[in-house]
Amino acid sequence: MSAPVYDLVDFDEVVEKFDPALGLEVHVELSTKTKMFCGCPTTFGAEPNTQVCPTCLGLPGSLPVVNKAAVEAAIRIGLALNCSIAPWCRFARKNYFYPDMPKNFQTSQYDEPIAFDGYLDVVLDDGETFRVGIERAHMEEDTGKSVHIGGADGRIHGAEYSLLDYNRAGVPLIEIVTKPILGTRERAPEIARAYVTALRDLIKALGVSDVRMDQGSLRCDVNLSLAPRGSGELGTRTETKNVNSLRSVERAVRHEMCRQAGVLLAGGEVVQETRHFLEDTASTRPGRRKETSEDYRYFPEPDLVPIAPSEEWIEELRATLPELPWARRARLQKEWQLSDEELRDLVNAGALDLIEATVAAGAPADDARAWWVAYLTQQANAREIPLDELPITPAQVARVIELVKSGELTNKLAREAVNGVLAGEGDVDEVVAKRGLAVVSDEGELVAAVEAALAAQPDVVEKIRGGKVQAAGAIVGAVMKATGGKADAKRVRELILERCS
Amino acid sequence: MSADPGATGPTLGRDEVAHLARLARLAVTEDELDLFARQLDSIIEWVAKVGEIAAADVPPTSHAVPLQNVFRPDELRPGLTQEQALAGAPASQDGRFRVPRILGEEQ
Repeated sequence: MSAPVYDLVDFDEVVEKFDPALGLEVHVELSTKTKMFCGCPTTFGAEPNTQVCPTCLGLPGSLPVVNKAAVEAAIRIGLALNCSIAPWCRFARKNYFYPDMPKNFQTSQYDEPIAFDGYLDVVLDDGETFRVGIERAHMEEDTGKSVHIGGADGRIHGAEYSLLDYNRAGVPLIEIVTKPILGTRERAPEIARAYVTALRDLIKALGVSDVRMDQGSLRCDVNLSLAPRGSGELGTRTETKNVNSLRSVERAVRHEMCRQAGVLLAGGEVVQETRHFLEDTASTRPGRRKETSEDYRYFPEPDLVPIAPSEEWIEELRATLPELPWARRARLQKEWQLSDEELRDLVNAGALDLIEATVAAGAPADDARAWWVAYLTQQANAREIPLDELPITPAQVARVIELVKSGELTNKLAREAVNGVLAGEGDVDEVVAKRGLAVVSDEGELVAAVEAALAAQPDVVEKIRGGKVQAAGAIVGAVMKATGGKADAKRVRELILERCS
Repeated sequence: MSADPGATGPTLGRDEVAHLARLARLAVTEDELDLFARQLDSIIEWVAKVGEIAAADVPPTSHAVPLQNVFRPDELRPGLTQEQALAGAPASQDGRFRVPRILGEEQ
């Protein structure tokens, strides 16, 4: 079957002629120690099929048991999204045949999600708030991973056979579905991205998932339809999968708007289907036609009894909700007196938590900020790792700052001390001792070095005596060299000027 | 086929049986379509009788055991080794289950 090819429509024209309706489905992989229904580990990147058991392989006779930590995470996510929590709900079997699900059904929730009817207030770049309605958040399990062999670039199309790894099968997932997001107009791509960003930050703050889009622990499907501008109707939607970065969320929305408008303006019909996002071209290609929900023949999971969270349990969990990320950001911005731009830089650098922890360990906010966004960010970039994976703790950074404040380290020596910690040479004080980094505080040693430098450069001494105080810099440099950079430059200068007056 | 006089409830057609057979990945012959339509119809009819007795105040039963909130602590339990996991696989390669080409994904 070859579908007719339509031209993409310019984005401005799309907005002029159509109203977009967005719907976002986000899957969050929980970072519980074990899977949803069995005690297998969930760590990423293990050898294939080494984190499996009869239950997640769907072997006959195995029985699932619900992971309590996963239910708690689901309820906390629901509460953070201002949802109602179902007083009673069940799991359901979603039946389909696909090799990534060895049971031939996915254990999910159907018409009784654990959390429903909430909202998330999303702060946009210009400071405006947009409220996104949350339809539901439900519990389910992840599928295995397939590798397609023999086709072009590992794609399923034209593959000769596929290889399956079930380590991921059964890892707890929370699927969060928005209500139709209407009235976004030209801001639809931006709002989609801002929503997923806010959701990611919220879930990270809850500590229930590492929400790494690059590792698939947060995945987003974009539903989009267009209706004639002002008609108040809803058009036929497509669902775009494989949207694996925040930037891609924005690009996928934009592309589908332009593509669907092309179809509609040419008199064609949008096909209700799943599409795949192509990262390299920021476009989408058709996937399978959607099955209808009847085709999944959902029925209550007979092997799992209902879940009925008590009021007390829900309130206990509510009490564990952290400060919301945007509220926290606003508080820190005020406390640390940052401009919007400075704050954004900290957030983008992933430095906020680290700086806050460094401040908590006793460092002044300015110094903590300077260390993390300048030198340590450079070190992380050089190693091509995220800032929070640098092998130095906020407490260690706070100690370095303390030593600089007390005059025991110069800034240059402090950087060496940090290098030593990063190189795994031990704690800050150990590195200072081992590398001999302490400032030369022995006045006699310092005076001797100064006098030696003055004696070596009599011409400079003449200049200083003649009133050219800035010439002292050359002597300071010589003293620093002689002491291996361990002299306090300010004190050296004082000593030079005393002797040349 | 014609339904029994006085029978209530849905009458299952050949098309629906063919659709169900496809969803269940069952190869059903033309003759079987008629046979199964008749048989399934009578099963549905039989089950529907429950609805005649159960009033609105009787919630549908999904679980026979009156239990709820059965949970497991989030603690690791030993599973299978890769070798054990693949022991029953018709084919495997590189530590993974090998399955035939996945058809129908992009038709």
